[in-house]
Amino acid sequence: MKNIVIIGGGVGGTLVSNYLSHKLKEEIREGKTKITLISDRDKQLYEPGLLYMIFNRMEEGELFKELTYLLDPMIDLKIERATKIVADENYVETEKGRYDYDYLVIATGSRIVPEEVPGLVEGGHWFYNVEGARRLRDELARFKGGKIVVSIMGIPHKCPVAPIEVTFMLHDFFKLHRLRDKVEILYTYPINRVFTLENVTEVVVEYFNERGIKYKTFFNPIEVDAKNKKIITLEGEEEPYDLLIAIPPHKGSQLIIDSGLGDRDGWVPTDRYTLKVEGYDNIYAVGDATNLPVSKAGSVAHFEAEVISENIAAQIKGLPPTARYFGKAMCFIEMGFDLGTYIWFDYETPPKLVKPNKFIHWSKIAYNRLYWLTARGVL
Amino acid sequence: MSRIVVDARGSFCPGPLMELVKTIKDAEVGTEIEVLSSDESSAKDIPEWVKKAGHELVGVEKKGDYWSIVVKKLK
Repeated sequence: MKNIVIIGGGVGGTLVSNYLSHKLKEEIREGKTKITLISDRDKQLYEPGLLYMIFNRMEEGELFKELTYLLDPMIDLKIERATKIVADENYVETEKGRYDYDYLVIATGSRIVPEEVPGLVEGGHWFYNVEGARRLRDELARFKGGKIVVSIMGIPHKCPVAPIEVTFMLHDFFKLHRLRDKVEILYTYPINRVFTLENVTEVVVEYFNERGIKYKTFFNPIEVDAKNKKIITLEGEEEPYDLLIAIPPHKGSQLIIDSGLGDRDGWVPTDRYTLKVEGYDNIYAVGDATNLPVSKAGSVAHFEAEVISENIAAQIKGLPPTARYFGKAMCFIEMGFDLGTYIWFDYETPPKLVKPNKFIHWSKIAYNRLYWLTARGVL
Repeated sequence: MSRIVVDARGSFCPGPLMELVKTIKDAEVGTEIEVLSSDESSAKDIPEWVKKAGHELVGVEKKGDYWSIVVKKLK
């Protein structure tokens, strides 16, 4: 009996589990293989939906689905918090027990750590978790004028394009409410351009300028003065705000840190092609959990899950594991309430941006509803 | 004088600059930080940021297939 254990019930974890159960149907039926998914929550959150929730364009109820609904019934689902991975002895400890594995997949994702910027918890808002999105939704509904700063306070973070999207959507939101002339929007980014990829930057700056959206670069916040509503930066600047929408710093899962498997920020050192955790032949990492120089985004987890499941299934069947990940990513970029574009790229192919149009926006709106088919391994 | 070496080889923009930013936040004034980067744009982006942030650029040197950029924290 070969045991495959997957930790994490996000998009990466459910996809690897479902792909594996499809590929290993026979082996599971014959009792030769077992797939166990360990998740500390019983529902999956469709994280991209939070961006729509803050503008009341998706409801909270639409953003969750039970893992039992998403997973193939042949997968053994354990709703337990994993507390330690003992990698050298091939087992995982949880609050309830111990799981030995032949193959382990780390799909523990990333998390925001707003508490790492002094004053941010008291003085800022964010939409990178449900609680933050609820608070920001209510604040935006109340906001009748003043200065909104969208500030990226650390790289890497989940969904690299989300800060750009929220900025464009703020413009349209206040335009619809006939308040745009009373609202100043400022976007800030840590490096010397508004986004990491140069050709995306060119288009974004053009559309920012057309919409009167201001931006500042080389802007690395170190503190938020919540009382006086100011952001203080490493570069020595002070930026006042009326409403701060921060992209808080991110870290890997506490489980990774506690298991000694991560770097300084808890990202798992991962081979960029095989997706094996460095130093281990039977452990793979998928999605946000890795230290790979690719986007922390659902599409990346999706493409990586294909490679990992193919290679583990091959090994179980006694075949050589030859699938490789080449950095493929695909991201929709909303540029308002009725305009969108997308980028596609990999390790060697820079992205090309298609001219923003309504069709891509509506494709994204449709995908928001279709996403659960992706998590189930169908789409 | 203490020196911290940040080996960011193999990571692309903005990796090396962001590694420097993280390290400099926690370092003591006077510390030298040497960033090793295999991404050519670091040799331009890091000095630009150092100038804006008011630190000292001690040197930029190409060493085979990577760049060594040394920065001194001034404040």
